[in-house]
Amino acid sequence: MIDIMTAILWLAGSAFALLAAVGVLRMPDVFTRMQASTKASTLGLGCLLIGAALQMGDFASFIRAASIGAFALLTTPVAGHVIARASYFADVPLWKGTVLDERKRDVAQESRDQSSRYDADTLPTNDDGRR
Amino acid sequence: MLAITTQVTLVMLGLALIICFIRLVKGPTLPDRIVATDLLGVLVVGVIAVLAGWSGVRATLDAAIVIALVGFLGTVAYATYVERGDPQ
Repeated sequence: MIDIMTAILWLAGSAFALLAAVGVLRMPDVFTRMQASTKASTLGLGCLLIGAALQMGDFASFIRAASIGAFALLTTPVAGHVIARASYFADVPLWKGTVLDERKRDVAQESRDQSSRYDADTLPTNDDGRR
Repeated sequence: MLAITTQVTLVMLGLALIICFIRLVKGPTLPDRIVATDLLGVLVVGVIAVLAGWSGVRATLDAAIVIALVGFLGTVAYATYVERGDPQ
């Protein structure tokens, strides 16, 4: 029974890992590649660790596997966020089919606001200068 | 039963490692290679977990803990260097 559950969990986990690797190879962009990598690696590693803990059937090994799983669940989103931020600010080119770049739009909007406010600030000083 | 499962799982994980290594070699930009390196670390942790479950040696899970920690720190360090930009 434990062997069957371990087999199911390990096959599912390795299938997720293989799909993550294929996604990293086939996706067109850094950000889409990272999306495939982080999500599937978390789920695949979780399945593999649960299978290993079931197979060993020991409290100490269960604690160790659970700690690895909790650490992976905690750190994978942080690592993904850090890589995404670094690669965005390093001007890595986005995929040409990208629909929405919210930060680019916000920065353009903000610079437009800044320039209009700059005009509004400069006008009274001109008035003061004339007076 | 368990031997066949372990063999199939390890073959699939090895295939995933090879595919990820192809992206590590090809990757056009540096963040692509960082993502591939991160996935390599996760896959190695998975291989070690499978080997620990198959052999029953409990100490291999400690090695998996260490590799997970070092892999995360390496990813964050690489990302920091990318974000800081080229050294003057």
